[in-house]
Amino acid sequence: MSLNFLENFSKIPVEQWVGDLTDWITDTFEFFFEPIKEHLGNFIDWMSETLQLVNPVIFILLIALLAFFATGKRFGLAIFAVIGLMFIENQELWAHLMDTFSLVITASLISVIIGVPFGIWMAKSGIVQAIVTPILDFMQTMPAFVYLIPAVAFFGIGMVPGVFASVIFAVPPTVRFTNLGIRQVSTELIEASDAFGTTGVQKLFKVQLPMAKKTIMAGINQTVMLALSMVVIASMIGAEGLGQKVIEAVQRNNVGLGFVAGISIVILAIIIDRFTQSLNTQKGD
Amino acid sequence: MPIIQVENLSKIFGKNPSQAQKLLDEGYSKEEILQKTGNTVGVNRASFDVEEGEIFVIMGLSGSGKSTLVRLINRLIEPTEGSVKINGENLAKMNKQDLREVRRQKLSMVFQRFALFPHRTVLSNAEFGLEVQGMDKSKRSEKAKEALELVGLGSFINQLPGQLSGGMQQRVGLARALANDPEVLLMDEAFSALDPLIRKEMQDELLDLQERMQKTILFITHDLDEALRIGDRIALMKDGSIVQIGSPEDILVNPANDYVEKFVEDVDRSKVLSAQNIMKRPETVNIEKHGPRVALERMREEGLSSIYVTDRSRNLKGYVTADKASEAKKNDIKDLTEIMETDVPTASLDTPMNEIFDMIHDSPVPIAVVEDGKLRGIIVRGAVISALAGSEVSINES
Repeated sequence: MSLNFLENFSKIPVEQWVGDLTDWITDTFEFFFEPIKEHLGNFIDWMSETLQLVNPVIFILLIALLAFFATGKRFGLAIFAVIGLMFIENQELWAHLMDTFSLVITASLISVIIGVPFGIWMAKSGIVQAIVTPILDFMQTMPAFVYLIPAVAFFGIGMVPGVFASVIFAVPPTVRFTNLGIRQVSTELIEASDAFGTTGVQKLFKVQLPMAKKTIMAGINQTVMLALSMVVIASMIGAEGLGQKVIEAVQRNNVGLGFVAGISIVILAIIIDRFTQSLNTQKGD
Repeated sequence: MPIIQVENLSKIFGKNPSQAQKLLDEGYSKEEILQKTGNTVGVNRASFDVEEGEIFVIMGLSGSGKSTLVRLINRLIEPTEGSVKINGENLAKMNKQDLREVRRQKLSMVFQRFALFPHRTVLSNAEFGLEVQGMDKSKRSEKAKEALELVGLGSFINQLPGQLSGGMQQRVGLARALANDPEVLLMDEAFSALDPLIRKEMQDELLDLQERMQKTILFITHDLDEALRIGDRIALMKDGSIVQIGSPEDILVNPANDYVEKFVEDVDRSKVLSAQNIMKRPETVNIEKHGPRVALERMREEGLSSIYVTDRSRNLKGYVTADKASEAKKNDIKDLTEIMETDVPTASLDTPMNEIFDMIHDSPVPIAVVEDGKLRGIIVRGAVISALAGSEVSINES
């Protein structure tokens, strides 16, 4: 047998299969995707429009106040938020900022709603953990662009497929950290809980989740950051927002616009990150 | 009926417990079974009863299976074989719901490293068991406050456990267990993580509580001094088996085998042994029948320098010394009452040895051990010393 025996095998049509599978899913579950597309799309639009109704100055002041109290009455984040948001408003990117913000919040909320229960399920069952862990690895290592293709197939173009792709990309940390947080609760506390006759649900809500809260919040913080990082990519399939401006800048080879839009995303990222982090550390200190 | 009945209770950790069980029945040791089957014998056919209101101590070194045993009793660990009956109900065969009820109503546990919920206040930790039972808020907080009052933490109810010292944290653990008003308290090395002074204080308080509330307590420890101090009865464990069950004195005085003997070798015996363990049968003269002559004769026979005087029904009257007796003999005095000393050093049957130690130091004569005025035995200096040295302690059969 020659070393080229591999040539004896014809190319396995994985490409064809996955394509067919996606088509099949698109057709079969249309009844499922259509309402999601419609309602979710409406929700994001409504959120963005509502946010834009608020006068930017009032909005900025509100954020600054929130930041001041959320960080334990420190001025750092509040001042940063005021300057950063004023800059974005000055660059006439306010509407785009609100779109992006709505997209990120929606994707994060959905990720948490899906991710936390999954994490709990994983923590309660070794089998589920063994199955879900490689799937999470797969979800995180697959180039994010690839998710855009089925997203478009299922939901067309616009905000909704952007949210879909963001959720797939952003949900793993919440699942992982929830699982980790619950598994880290010391066996003695679990024994104490059992010894006093808790049911599974009581144990979960009275002991495991409160004890895992910090870890879960760290996971949610990661999820929000990942969702934000998908904004630019999601813009390639028509999601509106700051990402759109970045894509526009790339297509026109416009460094200036690219920088302005990019820095706006960074400002938003820092504000969101510090907010979610301060929610987590506030009580412990 | 005993409140806890444990019968033939075994736990084998590993993949093939039935095979290991068979080897165990054939008399193989823990190590041999581990080598042959890869299974670890946690507890090996333990059987014992705990009576209501008693402090039953299970004691053994780490790895002896004592912590496994206590977890088998409330089924935090599933037994491989055997039965655990609480008030006659077999826990080992119970469904989950009934088991939960038993844990809520009858058994409470106190843990070595306290196992308090760090996110809950002291009060809400103490409420935990009642909260789980679904008791309404005002009622459970009232009961929890009572329990906290009982352990002396009434004014700390709004603190978080992390703000308290180790001893106080364990008081919260105790209050949490007591708030349920369980029939049995399971205490797993409850005081082992505390420093020695606090530990002793907690032991005293536990004994106090026990006296007031008459709870049945199953106490696990690796500390023999602790076991001897608080236990009404002690079960000694080695390699998963119970080697001996008995009262503290039994264990010290009649060790069942070499292992127990080695174990108790370096215990401070003065704290545990009492007068009845070291007294011996007294030589006496009868005040109604005998005179100085007989007394002198008896002393010479036994090589004594003094002898105790009783009446016919062994009521202690006093003692005579050899000097006084021979003087009386010379002066032809017939009645012992005239030469008898009545200032007698006495102890009762349960006077601890460390007190006797002080007494005997100043006493010219052996100490009389008296029960209801009757002379039961005497303690000579030599017996105290040899008992402290741990050898040749004999129980006076009464």
